[in-house]
Amino acid sequence: MNVRIKLSALRETRWHEYLTRFVFGGLATVCAGAIASLSGPEIGGLFLAFPAVFCASATLIEKHERERKEKAGVRGTRRGKEAAALDAAGAALGSFGLLAFGAAIWLLAGYSSWLAILVASAAWCVVSLLLWSIRRRIWAWRQLNFGPWSAAAQASFPKSKAPRIEAGPD
Amino acid sequence: MTEYVIRFCLGGFAVSAFAVLGDLFRPKSFAGLFGAAPSVAVATLAMAFWNQGAAYAALEGRSMMIGSLALCLYSVAVCQLMKRYELPALVATVLSLTVWTLIALGGKWLLFG
Repeated sequence: MNVRIKLSALRETRWHEYLTRFVFGGLATVCAGAIASLSGPEIGGLFLAFPAVFCASATLIEKHERERKEKAGVRGTRRGKEAAALDAAGAALGSFGLLAFGAAIWLLAGYSSWLAILVASAAWCVVSLLLWSIRRRIWAWRQLNFGPWSAAAQASFPKSKAPRIEAGPD
Repeated sequence: MTEYVIRFCLGGFAVSAFAVLGDLFRPKSFAGLFGAAPSVAVATLAMAFWNQGAAYAALEGRSMMIGSLALCLYSVAVCQLMKRYELPALVATVLSLTVWTLIALGGKWLLFG
């Protein structure tokens, strides 16, 4: 599945949900700064990767997906949970990008603050995209070889019930 | 006080911007990358460079690496709790905070004392 932009998703989010994210994000940043002031940068730094807004985001994703399915006339509870779980799986990959961000700040802070932040942001972007792309390829390969449409699965079905495919993987 | 107001506005804006990006993109696993965006980090580190200097920001960056590993395990825990045990998102995300806390503080204690 290719990456695409879905502008209509913006209409599903209500103004108070944007406000909630803004307030949560602002409070998380204030708390991270306050913890660093009280306990020093070593403890404070940990909280730069604290999942402060994850609870709000995951709950919103679950709610939006459930509402979308219920509008279509089907129960969306399970689909809502699956969507939020997929988002969490993406965040697990993105956290390696965050690790690269932290490493770049640690290594480059002595040279220039702007250079450090710019390179760190680029490192987050590259590492996250690379890992997501690798994961997608592995998933596609597994589907092709072991999924329900693979040649092995086709062979194990009785001919009358086997799903038809037009061309083989090679 | 002014510093905290600036922090609040910068952090709120950065988190909202990445959340909107996460809403826009499909598939969901790709959008999830923005759930681990350095939104709080960019705002906090910019202030740290400005107020406390490069050495302070470097130490925060080093600790952030442990926090990121904790975030990875937190996200895996959230994913598993929702997929395997079908817990609601709010319950799964709140319960998993114990994983983040244990890994982050334990990792910091193991590596830096």
